[in-house]
Amino acid sequence: MIYDALISPFVEYEFMRRALAAVIALALGGAPIGVFLMLRRMSLVGDAMAHAILPGAAIGFLLSGLNLFAMTAGGLIAGFAVAILAGVVARTTELKEDASLATFYLASLALGVTIVSIRGTNIDLLHVLFGNILAMDDPTLLVVAFNATITLVVLAVIYRPLVIESVDPVFLRTVSRAGAPAHLVFLALVVVNLVNGFQALGTLLAVGLMILPAGIARFWSRDITGMICIAVVSAIVAGYAGLVLSFQTRVPSGPAIILVATALYIGSVLFGNVRGIIRQMFPGRHLEA
Amino acid sequence: MRNRRFFLLSIGLTLAIASAPLRAQGSQKPIEVVASFSILGDFVKNVGGDRVDVTTLVGADGDVHVYTPAPGDARKISDANLLVINGLGLEGWLPRLLQVSSAGVPIVTASKGIAPLKLGSEADPHAWQSVANAKGYVANIRDALIAASPADAESFRNNAETYLAKLGALDREVREAIAQIPSTRRKVISTHDAFGYFASAYGIQFIAPIGVSTESEASARDIARIVAQIRAEKIPAVFLERMSDPRLIRRIAAETGARIGGTLYSDSLTDEKGDAPTYIEMVRHNIKALTSALAN
Repeated sequence: MIYDALISPFVEYEFMRRALAAVIALALGGAPIGVFLMLRRMSLVGDAMAHAILPGAAIGFLLSGLNLFAMTAGGLIAGFAVAILAGVVARTTELKEDASLATFYLASLALGVTIVSIRGTNIDLLHVLFGNILAMDDPTLLVVAFNATITLVVLAVIYRPLVIESVDPVFLRTVSRAGAPAHLVFLALVVVNLVNGFQALGTLLAVGLMILPAGIARFWSRDITGMICIAVVSAIVAGYAGLVLSFQTRVPSGPAIILVATALYIGSVLFGNVRGIIRQMFPGRHLEA
Repeated sequence: MRNRRFFLLSIGLTLAIASAPLRAQGSQKPIEVVASFSILGDFVKNVGGDRVDVTTLVGADGDVHVYTPAPGDARKISDANLLVINGLGLEGWLPRLLQVSSAGVPIVTASKGIAPLKLGSEADPHAWQSVANAKGYVANIRDALIAASPADAESFRNNAETYLAKLGALDREVREAIAQIPSTRRKVISTHDAFGYFASAYGIQFIAPIGVSTESEASARDIARIVAQIRAEKIPAVFLERMSDPRLIRRIAAETGARIGGTLYSDSLTDEKGDAPTYIEMVRHNIKALTSALAN
């Protein structure tokens, strides 16, 4: 019975195994990125960037159809352009980074919609918006796994400056000049992971698998390593449970995964170890010396 | 001065020469025929030749099922000498359109005399998918055109005879092509519901995927059911081009070993550059897509 519900879908159907593999890869790359976005108070930046890469992917799609590499390249270019332009404006003018990012991503989105409607095939663009985790062919799966690997390796390299800058940017500036490059590399990783996510979940839900696990992790751990581990595990659990949910009921897979993650998040808000609501209402005994 | 006179003279001559053939044929204008969708328009063109002027309400690549008439359509109908419709409930939008356009235009139902198949509880309107039925359509259109313009009866009869002979040849062509396919392989899984007449005339089974809506995003359960069904019924080919994501169809094919079929045209012709600009080419295209997917 339990075997039928939880395991046999993956034994019987290859597309389920591929979907699971993709979700695990996305979780390994995206969840740590999400944790850093949250710690740097940039959770909504992820959302803005997701909108910014959409037009690039759309242009790639219009130029060469549902071609994985054209769409990925287009998304990367658009994402980098918006991230770098917003960064330049923020560092050289009065405008703060959030405001300049908002203007650039809105401009990028409008440009994308214009280009698409000139060509007049906006129906097909729904594939770009909503992706499909059930349709993982070999190239898509390889790209997703490759990007996850790159993300983890690069993250390991910039880990120290990134952590210090997240906690105490002024201190980092006094001891090292690695802050700005680390920030830019990190933004690049955000773009890579969003592009990765839209292959599987679509641009609208790709952010969900980055940010929600980070939110969950915040309620269970106080140190960054712990948070990253919990975020990755909860992203994998959400991905697996979402696929099972989509298999047993008829909820589309992408939304199912995000809904499971949302349920986990609500559970964490209520029962979390670290300042969860229930925990705060019934605090344990104070430890006294 | 001389130049100008010569110029005027040459214009006059050109006009006289150009209008000569028209006068020789009689001064009456071609009769205006409105057809409800592109396939009927093609039939009318073939029977009427240059004696009719055909306009279609739903043009190439349009969907006749969900058409929303424009105000111009009412004018087209009231200006016409004849309106050709499919009937069998295909043009659900037509009765309301007829109420607003002036009555009195003769209407011919091209599917008249064809025994309808059932699609659910209602009649299946896609009768033209069997070439034998298409011949019935052509005969009905011929008779209606003759009634609309008796003076051209001779020309319409000749055109219809030529075209019916072509359709007869097409029917044999389809049967021969299907005879090449081993009888155990004559089934496909398809979201098309338009091939009922084709299936019963030529013996290819069109199996609908269970419980799948092509409109919304497919869930894992939908895909698993399709895969299980293809495996269980040993269906050799999938024609699912209306399903959202081409990668998804490739995935289903890879998982089941079924071949991916090309596009099947059912309800409308394509424009000149497309695969199916005329009825005959549409049937040829479909049969080619089916045989190449089902051949061993």
